[in-house]
Amino acid sequence: MAWFKRQDNEIENSSPEKRVRTEGLWVKCEGCDQYIFKADLDNNQQVCPKCGQHHKIDARCRVANLLEPGYELVDLELKSTDPLNFYDVKSYKSRLAKAQQATGLNDAIVNAVGRLGTHDVVLSVMEYAFIGGSMGSVVGETIARAVDRSLESRRPLIIISASGGARMMEGIASLMQLAKISSGLAQLDDAGVPYISVLTDPTTGGVTASFAMLGDLNIAEPGALIGFAGPRVIEQTIRQKLPEGFQRSEFLLEHGMLDAVVPRQELKPYIDRALSFMTAAT
Amino acid sequence: MTPPTTQPPSDQPEGKAEPKHTSAAEAQSNAWLKTELARNAQRPYPMDFIRMVFTDLSEIHGDRNFADDPAMQCSMARFHGEEVLVISNVKGRTTKDNVKFNFGLPNPEGYRKALRVMKIAEKFGRPIFTFIDLLGANPGLGAEERGQGEAIARNLLEMSRLAVPTIATVTGEGGSGGALALAVADRVLMLENAVYSVISPEGCASIMWRDASKRAMAAEALKTTSEDVMTMGCVDDVVPEPPGGAHLDPDAAARMLDEKLTWHLNELKAMSTEARLAARREKFRNIAQFFTV
Repeated sequence: MAWFKRQDNEIENSSPEKRVRTEGLWVKCEGCDQYIFKADLDNNQQVCPKCGQHHKIDARCRVANLLEPGYELVDLELKSTDPLNFYDVKSYKSRLAKAQQATGLNDAIVNAVGRLGTHDVVLSVMEYAFIGGSMGSVVGETIARAVDRSLESRRPLIIISASGGARMMEGIASLMQLAKISSGLAQLDDAGVPYISVLTDPTTGGVTASFAMLGDLNIAEPGALIGFAGPRVIEQTIRQKLPEGFQRSEFLLEHGMLDAVVPRQELKPYIDRALSFMTAAT
Repeated sequence: MTPPTTQPPSDQPEGKAEPKHTSAAEAQSNAWLKTELARNAQRPYPMDFIRMVFTDLSEIHGDRNFADDPAMQCSMARFHGEEVLVISNVKGRTTKDNVKFNFGLPNPEGYRKALRVMKIAEKFGRPIFTFIDLLGANPGLGAEERGQGEAIARNLLEMSRLAVPTIATVTGEGGSGGALALAVADRVLMLENAVYSVISPEGCASIMWRDASKRAMAAEALKTTSEDVMTMGCVDDVVPEPPGGAHLDPDAAARMLDEKLTWHLNELKAMSTEARLAARREKFRNIAQFFTV
């Protein structure tokens, strides 16, 4: 009866190498909705070649983009002890383990020492992919160690922020990190060592309310969300739509809260130039 | 069903006309009870404590840049006859006052005023007392436009190197960066029934559980009570309260606070400026170290 049913309906491709894999080769740009060849994006520091949208970039790539070859990654060994034994719908420990596996880092931060253009610097970069770049004891301590390195060596400090704010899974301990880093930066200021803060998408909450806004220069990448209270919280509180571009880099520049908005490709020459200004006189 | 997003879950019963009972989870939660106690409208607010403990108050207004924030007050005062500066946020009890004082939430100009006045105290060598009872940052358009983050950050940095003795006291709610902006001090005290947290239980619940009514669980998870915060070494001392809480006997509560403030001030005055600054730096450098190498 089954005359229409093919018995041998398997279409087989005997040699796997003949297959053309297209998954992951193209990505859709959030800015212009166009499909971009992923290799083009990778070669352009994750900036869309068509519209200039700055996509997120991982911390280690940032270090590689800014520092000359031969730099050294440091202070990577710290791990959170989960002081509150925090549990919401999942345990904090399992969130940590998952993030550690996904990023290959122990927490949302990478410190590096090396040379940026013509200057020896200490660089600290936040990793947004690790629990939203949130700041707990480990991030706080790692940045504090970068400040210490800077103080000891008198090398300029650069911190690149990308964070949702304090890590609530560490409760009050994460709030104290704001005080820890800010008081370190006061010493750096007293010592006359340059500190440049680079704010990237997104920089909000406790990070904005501490070191991200305390640079001798505070500069931001274009289009980055920067604020203290999150836009959703404000919208829910004041019960109206926020204006277009609210809390974006350009908005902050207009309101006098930033020294400059610098595209990613120009970041390195900009910082190099600024450090020459800040270190030449001493 | 979407939970109410803006206000804390209302005290009205939802749907059916049943009387509101405190849910079992809430009743069991010590941390949530403490939060409610800390928020009790009968509890003395910072200004109530200040009026009971200090004399000869004379207020200093304005941040010299934008406005005078009524939610933040700075006053010259006398503490047992000694010239000091007192700073606190101001909370209202009536609807009219709540509007005027913005529910006790300072704006950026409030933090900037506080810093400006702290520098006056520093110039003339007067100790600084701050008192804190606020929910958190002010989530508003204007506050963001005027750089709330920067204002708080600047206070953290500058307070860490003020040359005069500084004592901060969390009397009710110590909410996140807004509280910390007055609490980078030589001594940070907390009243027995106060809470000190990185985020409000409601905020935490709506982010982590996507349901603000899980606030009691969030309060428990965040460990915000004076006992917990003291155990984690994030405050220096806990000020006892009369049985049942400060609101049952405000005078006694003020005396207990006075006693602790006197003791800590005397200790700080016995130190040299260098030693005190070094101790403050050390304290904040080594605070909340929860990691393994």
